[in-house]
Amino acid sequence: MSSTELRRVTVALAGNPNSGKTTLFNALTGARQHVANYPGVTVETKHGRRRHGGMEITFVDLPGTYSLTAYSPEELVARDFVLQHKPDLVVHVIDASNLERNLYLGVQLMEMNAPLLLAFNMSDVAERRGIRFDVPTLAQLLGAPIVETVASKHRGIDELLDRIVETVKQGAQPVYHCRYGPEIEREIEHLMRRLAEQGATAGGRLRWLAIKLLENDEQVRQELKEAQVAAEADEARRRLEGVFGDDPAVVLADRRYGFISGACQEAVRSTVERRHDMSDLVDTVLLHPRLGLPIFLALMYLVFQVTFTVGQVPMDWLEAGFAVLARAVASLWPAGSDNFVKSLLVDGVIGGVGGVIVFLPNIIMLFLAIAILEDSGYMARAAFLMDRVMHRMGLHGKSFIPMLIGFGCSVPAIMATRILENRRNRLTTILVIPLMSCGARFAIYSLIIPAFFPLPLKGLVLWSIYLVGIVLAVICARLLRATLLKGTTVPFVMELPPYRMPTFKGLWLHTWMRSWHYLKKAGTIILAISLVLWALARYPRPPADQLAGRTETQAQAAALRYSVIGRVGRAIEPAIRPLGFDWKIGTALIGSMAAKEAFISQLGIVYALGETDEGSEALAAQLQEDYSPLQGISILLFILISAPCMATVAVTRRESGAWKWALLQWFGLTALAYGVTLVVYQIGSIFLSA
Amino acid sequence: MTPESYKESAVPLGEVPPGRTVRLVAVDAGYGLQHRLAALGLLPDVTVTVIRNEGRGQLIVQVKNTRIVLGRGMAHRVLVRPDTGSANLPRGSHNPQG
Repeated sequence: MSSTELRRVTVALAGNPNSGKTTLFNALTGARQHVANYPGVTVETKHGRRRHGGMEITFVDLPGTYSLTAYSPEELVARDFVLQHKPDLVVHVIDASNLERNLYLGVQLMEMNAPLLLAFNMSDVAERRGIRFDVPTLAQLLGAPIVETVASKHRGIDELLDRIVETVKQGAQPVYHCRYGPEIEREIEHLMRRLAEQGATAGGRLRWLAIKLLENDEQVRQELKEAQVAAEADEARRRLEGVFGDDPAVVLADRRYGFISGACQEAVRSTVERRHDMSDLVDTVLLHPRLGLPIFLALMYLVFQVTFTVGQVPMDWLEAGFAVLARAVASLWPAGSDNFVKSLLVDGVIGGVGGVIVFLPNIIMLFLAIAILEDSGYMARAAFLMDRVMHRMGLHGKSFIPMLIGFGCSVPAIMATRILENRRNRLTTILVIPLMSCGARFAIYSLIIPAFFPLPLKGLVLWSIYLVGIVLAVICARLLRATLLKGTTVPFVMELPPYRMPTFKGLWLHTWMRSWHYLKKAGTIILAISLVLWALARYPRPPADQLAGRTETQAQAAALRYSVIGRVGRAIEPAIRPLGFDWKIGTALIGSMAAKEAFISQLGIVYALGETDEGSEALAAQLQEDYSPLQGISILLFILISAPCMATVAVTRRESGAWKWALLQWFGLTALAYGVTLVVYQIGSIFLSA
Repeated sequence: MTPESYKESAVPLGEVPPGRTVRLVAVDAGYGLQHRLAALGLLPDVTVTVIRNEGRGQLIVQVKNTRIVLGRGMAHRVLVRPDTGSANLPRGSHNPQG
């Protein structure tokens, strides 16, 4: 413990999306925080701590934004933090290879009088492109200290920390140089005087407020309703529009770039003329008008195939491991005995949870594939390629990205829909995301498909199921956009970031974080549900005389029918028989309403109670014995379409803001599942019996 | 100032063939969209190079060091004119002194 008190400071990190801001944040805080790197989305701010130079620094990672207008929630969050919380320092993380565009945000931060430090990140890329910075001159022209970093390689981090401490100690007041020309400056001064008269907030914000009024900023206008400057602001805008023939906001933006341009012309040298970037070359293939889409589809197919085959080996190990564990625990009691605790541990806990964790290798592979796509920059290309398709669905090309994430898990996918500005687009996307088979459903497919289909067909059936999900999503989306969520489509504008080599650290972080989240879900919710289901499947127990004279398996089967679950399962059997289901499947389906993975554990328990063997290989064999491949398909379809898990419903409620959407999603999908499965099974049966 | 004559001779970005460099004249859209484009660097008088334009579907353009994908509807609202070299323009765009 040091004798001197540590000074506590807050440092905010601001910057464009794709500037490496969050990588820098992780490097500064050593944090293993979840990098929600869905392009442009981090509306939850992240905090992390670091001690350096006698200070305890709390770093806050603000959402990635291109500017600080009032037009999007991310920008508002970022700007409110700077204005309200008044951090001791704002580190503006800049993609040094794209300096001018990045500095646009910096100038806006300067306008807010935020104490600023510029981190020229990705300076290795800039160097490679032949860009050289005269740092001292640039720092002077821009009015803020500059540090060069390469966050992904951990370069410049210590220097940055030193500079942060130094700058905070000096209590540097930002030197703001950008001027907008005589006409605009005159209006700014005029408004500033009126604001001061009206007693509007001080704290150096007067200039910023005046500028925002000239830009017709919604939030500021709201804030200043009482100050009665609205009329003055409107007049000022009219005057300026008369002079420039353009909206003042546009002129202001233009002047900002002019200031930036001027500074850069003085202090930035490009020694090499722009030649064909690596990214361009790659894009000629990947974005080829005719080849692009097929390449993309082929890549997706490859991802699924690899996930299935490579994941198989560790899966077998896990399965064997759990079987060993179960036997070991069971051996603590005399063989053949039926003890409450023994059953609880072996059948309930190990049987239930084990059945889910066995699929972890596949899940990890899936998340890894998604991480590679995101980190390399290919995601943006995918969105571009898919836009035409998305457009036919009545959706935005950007909708594709959350949907792609939905293949891993619906929960983060629905959260990722924040990148869609149009509410109707967003709601439609949220409602159909569950049709993108998530990791949990994948786990179920991994059990069902090998049980009914020979090895060569496995990949094909899997791919087909995913395809069916996608086709249904298209149909539902179009339906929604034509009826409940009618509206015009929003223009498509998106930055195409340069390709980047994903770093091992980044991939590891993204993959592990999401897998860990999946594991936690298995560990907590599913365990709880497994136990509840175990209890419902075990009690009430039939009286002993009913079991007399039966073999062990028969007795166990009878016991199951007697229990709560057995009764409910039997009760709904008539309703699900036309789908090819019996009460055992019905019971498992009821269990999966709460969490999709529970389907497996429930089936495992149902058969574990009816059989003395454990392990999903045995389960698969059992399924093959009891059901036909057509029934297998019915199961697959129903699982694909029907009600999303409780976590998804909860997130839908949160992101849509109303229960009605969450319920619509739940009931709608279940009804659709019933309908589709019914049709397929009935027609299939007719076909097969012919 | 963007003289009316400039606006008249302007064409939508969507009609510019790939490889051509043009100058942005104006964006015919609401404030939200204008701001978004502005933040990405699409402002009056900037140089825009069309990378890809197939007559339908989206365009890819380059503004300074940024690649931007624009939907066709969007491209239609961005008015441009041929890049005649340096600015003999009355507008004091890069010169705050007017």
